[in-house]
Amino acid sequence: MTSGRAAGATITRGRVSGTLRSILVSIAYPALGFAVLLAVWWAWILFFVEAGSFQSSFAPDEGFRALVRLIENGTLNRHITASLKRIVVGLGIAAAIGIPFGLALGGIRPFARAAGLVTSFIRMVSPLSWTPLAIIWFGVGDPPVYFLIAIGAVWPIALSTSAGVASLDRQWLMLGRSLRASRIEMLRTIIWPGVRGDVLTGLRLGLTTAWIILVPAEMLGVDSGMGYFILDSRDRFAYADLVAAIIVIGALGFVLDRLAQWFLTPRRRSRARGAAGEPRPAEATPVPTAEYRI
Amino acid sequence: MAALPLRVTGATRRFRDRGHQLTVFESLDLEVQDREIFVLLGPSGCGKSTLLRVIAGLDVLDEGTVTLEAGDHGRDVGIVFQQPLLLPWLTVTENVSLGLDYRANQGARQDGAVEAILAEFGLSELAHAYPDELSGGQAQRVSLARTVVTRPRVILLDEPFGALDPLTRRTLQQWLLGIQQSMGLTVVMVTHDVDEAVLLGDRVALMSPSPGRISRTWQFSREARDPAHLAATRDEVLRAYGEVAPSLAPSTAAMPAI
Ligand SMILES: Nc1ncnc2c1ncn2[C@@H]1O[C@H](COP(=O)(O)OP(=O)(O)OP(=O)(O)O)[C@@H](O)[C@H]1O
Ligand SMILES: [Mg+2]
Repeated sequence: MTSGRAAGATITRGRVSGTLRSILVSIAYPALGFAVLLAVWWAWILFFVEAGSFQSSFAPDEGFRALVRLIENGTLNRHITASLKRIVVGLGIAAAIGIPFGLALGGIRPFARAAGLVTSFIRMVSPLSWTPLAIIWFGVGDPPVYFLIAIGAVWPIALSTSAGVASLDRQWLMLGRSLRASRIEMLRTIIWPGVRGDVLTGLRLGLTTAWIILVPAEMLGVDSGMGYFILDSRDRFAYADLVAAIIVIGALGFVLDRLAQWFLTPRRRSRARGAAGEPRPAEATPVPTAEYRI
Repeated sequence: MAALPLRVTGATRRFRDRGHQLTVFESLDLEVQDREIFVLLGPSGCGKSTLLRVIAGLDVLDEGTVTLEAGDHGRDVGIVFQQPLLLPWLTVTENVSLGLDYRANQGARQDGAVEAILAEFGLSELAHAYPDELSGGQAQRVSLARTVVTRPRVILLDEPFGALDPLTRRTLQQWLLGIQQSMGLTVVMVTHDVDEAVLLGDRVALMSPSPGRISRTWQFSREARDPAHLAATRDEVLRAYGEVAPSLAPSTAAMPAI
């Protein structure tokens, strides 16, 4: 009796300490990484930058002080909002074009043959190469930025969707036909749910691409956004603000990627095939499937 | 004589493959009666699946005709494959109602039809389970329910128990007999298992390969299904099977009698 309880206690304690350790590890190592980054940053300022020179405002403490000030007076707020809006619109355009394009690329063989080479050609052109054309076509302001984001993010979305269609089990299509599904019904009940996981993966990759394109794209013809803010800080010789902007860009990108991972990673129930190695949320709540039913 | 649920006359199917022509079956005739289990028995590659696909409208004939009687609910024929082919993102209930979701089968829609079939098939408790939580036998029952619930006049089964372990297979064979009788289903079933054919068939048609033809047909009456009679017929069918597929006979003969 007593020994049994003791054994139980030992096991419990072991498990708790295991969890504790894994929490420690998952916090401690990233923290260590950050500490090293800060140390290198400081060391650079201390040993290679003359005190009082303009470069000394690149120091981390200056950067973080500027960050607090810019958040408090609302300056950053405006730029962050502008950037996020462009990401949403640009990614939306990319999805609206990329998903149907990917479905066609994966499902219609003649289309894939015809579009394949052209696709790989355009895809390899760095999105920013389009900048002059974008400005000629769309003028200044938000539209050329939307265009640049969309033309960069459309490929991961289209290719991931197309790969999903291509790897659909052909027998499912035969099943659909045997149940006399129309083409639309087949698309709605079999093809779309079957590729949904790949589409979500594509959207995640697209978001990362969009974020990377956003900052340089905002350096042209707009007067808001993180990219604009970087150039503006440079022009004002406000190098601490520039450091703050870089911190914000990195942090926001990280948060967006995590959010996308959370919301766009196919949950267990919605995945047709397991995308191995994809991080999954701890509790995989079933995605509502009702929309695919009667 | 009443209209037949299914009649195939002079059916010929050829495949052309890089200049090489393969006649899968030729001038094949068969008739299926109301509420019977018609078993199509034949060695691998003789064209059984191709014939079923043609009947199901998933493939076309080069010559000949397939005549199907429309069911009360507009649907003439439904097919169940060797693999259950359940959609992994749908629950059992949703998988079973898949066909009813389609406009072409709206005639078979009925309140409570899905629940009723789940109960009939012993699947009620699994209604909210997902395919990866099912055993092979359960999955195949779901697959059958998905077809039956659309009320086809004729149900085609392509080796539905072929991928199951022997014990499950035997259980499901008995279960299928029960379901077929209680629901009055008309079934065409393909198999290369002589025991299964003799156990389930009201009629058993033996198909010979290259090109496929019905070489012999046995008729069973339900009353005469005593073990001794079945065993005797089984031996007869097995012998005939050995003649159309000599290379396959020994391994088949080694299987235990019913
Ligand atoms: N689409 C196709 N194109 C070319 N040949 C085909 C095609 N479908 C089937 N065949 C050939 O037709 C023949 C009959 O195939 P089928 O699948 O109907 O045989 P089966 O009797 O069902 O065999 P099994 O018992 O192994 O399932 C085989 O030789 C096969 O290679
Ligand atoms: Mg077959």
